[in-house]
Amino acid sequence: MAEAAPRPPEGRAETSGATVRTSGATIQTSGATIQLENLTKRYPGNPAPAVDCVNMDIKAGELVVFVGPSGCGKTTTMKMINRLIEPTSGRIRIDGEDVTGIDPVRLRRKIGYAIQASGLFPHMTVAQNIALVPRMTGWSKRRIAERVEEMLDLVGLDPGEFQGRYPRQLSGGQQQRVGVARALAADPPVLLMDEPFGAVDPITRDHLQDELIRLQHELHKTIVFVTHDFDEAIKLGDRIAVLRERSHIAQFDTPEAILTNPADDFVSGFVGAGAALKRLNLTRVRDVGVVDFPTATIDDPLQTIFERLRAGTTNEVLLLDRHHRPYKWLRRGDLMRAKGSLVRAGTLVHDTVTRDATLRDALEAVLIDNAGRVPVTGRRGRYEGVVDMETLMNSVHELLEEDRLDAVEHQHLLEEQRAQQVLEEQEGTTDAPEELA
Amino acid sequence: MRPPSPSPEQLGPPEAEEAEDGAAPVPAPRPRRRVTWQKLTVLPAFLLALLLATWLWFRGADLDSIARNSIADGNVWLRLRQHVVLTVVSTFFVLVIAIPLGILLTRRRVRPAAPAVIAVANVGQATPAIGLLALLVIWLGIGMRAALVGMVVYAVLPVLANTIAGLRAIDPTLVEAARGIGMSAVGVLRRVELPLAVPLILAGVRTALVLNVGTATLAYFGGGGGLGDLIASGITNQRMPVLVLGSVLTVALALLVDWLASLAELLLRPRGLGAS
Repeated sequence: MAEAAPRPPEGRAETSGATVRTSGATIQTSGATIQLENLTKRYPGNPAPAVDCVNMDIKAGELVVFVGPSGCGKTTTMKMINRLIEPTSGRIRIDGEDVTGIDPVRLRRKIGYAIQASGLFPHMTVAQNIALVPRMTGWSKRRIAERVEEMLDLVGLDPGEFQGRYPRQLSGGQQQRVGVARALAADPPVLLMDEPFGAVDPITRDHLQDELIRLQHELHKTIVFVTHDFDEAIKLGDRIAVLRERSHIAQFDTPEAILTNPADDFVSGFVGAGAALKRLNLTRVRDVGVVDFPTATIDDPLQTIFERLRAGTTNEVLLLDRHHRPYKWLRRGDLMRAKGSLVRAGTLVHDTVTRDATLRDALEAVLIDNAGRVPVTGRRGRYEGVVDMETLMNSVHELLEEDRLDAVEHQHLLEEQRAQQVLEEQEGTTDAPEELA
Repeated sequence: MRPPSPSPEQLGPPEAEEAEDGAAPVPAPRPRRRVTWQKLTVLPAFLLALLLATWLWFRGADLDSIARNSIADGNVWLRLRQHVVLTVVSTFFVLVIAIPLGILLTRRRVRPAAPAVIAVANVGQATPAIGLLALLVIWLGIGMRAALVGMVVYAVLPVLANTIAGLRAIDPTLVEAARGIGMSAVGVLRRVELPLAVPLILAGVRTALVLNVGTATLAYFGGGGGLGDLIASGITNQRMPVLVLGSVLTVALALLVDWLASLAELLLRPRGLGAS
C-alpha cells in the first residue's frame, strides 16, 4: 500500500518552493503561535455557553489535536480561530497579533482551512480549486500555475494527470488530498483541519495520516486538528487537548503523558482500554535497541556453523543469505536430520520488521512467531538484530516508567509555571504568553 | 489522452478507482460533447416538416375573401414578430425581477420574508391569465404594455421558486468552506452559489419561456397583438385554415423556444456537475 503512493522526489517541493518565493511577495513558511484567551461562545436563547472560557497556548509549528466526544464544542472552538463563528467574548492572538477585531475575510486568507469530505467545489477543476486563495490574494497567473503543480506534487498527486479533473472524478482519498493542497496553497502559517479524514475508509485514512505527518515534517505549520478519534489524535498530535462538554480542557499534553498519566476519569475514559498497547504505537523499534543473535551465512563452511551452534547459548543460529538478509532459523538437531544439507535444514524466516516499525507491529510479529522472536532488518533487508518477547517486555516497562516520571515532572513544571505566572500577575509585570512561549 | 468518447452519457461517475493515489489506470478527463447530433437535429427536422405540411395544406385550402383578408398584407409575419417580441421582452423582465429577488430572499437577513413573497408570486400564477389581463387592461389601458405586465406577473413564479430552490439546495458545508478559505460574501455568491444553482435556475427560465409563448396568445384580448390575433379571427369568423395556421405557428414557436432553452441548459450548465 505504502509503496503504491507516488511520492514526490525528495527535495523537489523545496526547490520549486524556493523559486516561487523569489518571484513574489514575502511568504512566511513556518507556523505562527496561536493564543486563545478566555474564548467564549454563547448562543442566544441558551443560558449555558457552547464554549466556556477556553485558554490555550499553541506553539509555532506545533500540531495540536482537539479531541472529545461529539457536541463538546471542539469544532466551535476551532471555527472561532478563523472566526467562521464569532466569539462572544475573549481574544484570539495569532503570532501575537490580536485578530479578534480584524476583517474576517483578510484573516481567513492567512489561515488554511480543510474540512471533512474535502469541501471541494464541484464546478471547478482541481487546479481551479487549489488556485482559489492565491487568486484572491492577487498572485500572478504564472506563479499560481507553478504553485498548483507544486501543491499537487506535495500531496502526492501527479499534476499532469489531476489538474484538469473535476472533484467527482476523484476518489475520496484523492479529494481529501486536494482539499489539503487547497488549504496550503497560499502558504498560510496556520492550518485548521476539521475532521478532514472522517469520511474516508480506514486504509485510506491511515495513509492520509502518514502523509500529513510527512507534510508537517517538511512544512512546520501550526496545525489545529479536530477529531473525535482518539487513536488519530495519538498518531498525529504533538500535543492533544482532550475536551469535555463546553470545550473545557480536561487535559492538554503530549500523547505519551495523556496515555500514561490521564488527568482524571474523563480522560482515562476517553483514552479507553489498552493505553499500554496504544503507547506501543508511539515508539519505534529503533528506539528500544535490538539484541544480537548468533548468525552464520550460507557461504560459511558447515564446520563453522556447527561450532557456532555449539558455542551459542540459544542452541540456534540465524542463517543469512549472500546479501546478509535473514534466511533461515537453524536449530542444533536440524543439520543432523537434513543429513548435512543446508538447503533442506531449518525453518524459513517468514517475518521481519524494519527499524522504523512501531513496537506494536513488532509485538504482533513476535506473538505470531512460534519461538517468540523476529529479525530486525535495516537498509535493503540486511540483518541488524533480533527482537524477542523479553526485550519488548523490558523496553515497554521502561518506557511506561519513564513516561510516568516525565509526566510527574511535567506536572510539577506546569504547577511551578502557573505559580510563577500568578506571582507575576500579582506584581503587575505580566506578559504571560511570552513567558510561556 | 483517449479519443473522444462517442457517447457523453457514459460520463457518469468515474469507475470507482479506489486504488488510492492514481496507481490504477484512471479515465483521463475526456473532452466531452454534451450536445449530441440527435439533440441538434431531431426537433428542428420535426418542426420543419410540420410547417411544410401546414403550408402545403394551407395552399391547397379553399380560402374565401374573409380568410384571405385576415392573412393579407403580411399579417401573419407581423403577428409572429409581435409574438416573439412579447415573449422575449416579458422573459427579460421576468429574469431581471425574479433572479435578483430569489438571491435576495436566500440571504440570511431576508430569508424570513421568503414565504410571503412566494405566496404573492403564487397568487400571480394562480390567477387565470385572461382575468389578470382584463384587470390590467382596465388599469393600464389597451396595448402591449398591459399584456407584457400580465405575462411577467404570470411567469415570475417558476424562475423565482427555482432560483430559491437552487440556492437552497447547495450543501451548506460548501458555502462554509468557501467562507472558511477567505471568500467575501459577494465572492461566495458569484463563484460558488450561483454557478451551482445554474442548472435549477435555467430549468425555471425554460419553464417561464414556454409559459410566455403560451400566454402571449392571450395578449390579443388586451390589444397586444401576437399570434392570438390569427387564432381569434379564425374562431370568430369560423375560418378553419386561419385558426389552424395561428395554432400551428404558436405550437411550433413554443417547441422551438423550448428546444433553444434546452440547448442553453446543456451549454451553460457548469462542467463538473455531472452529466444530466
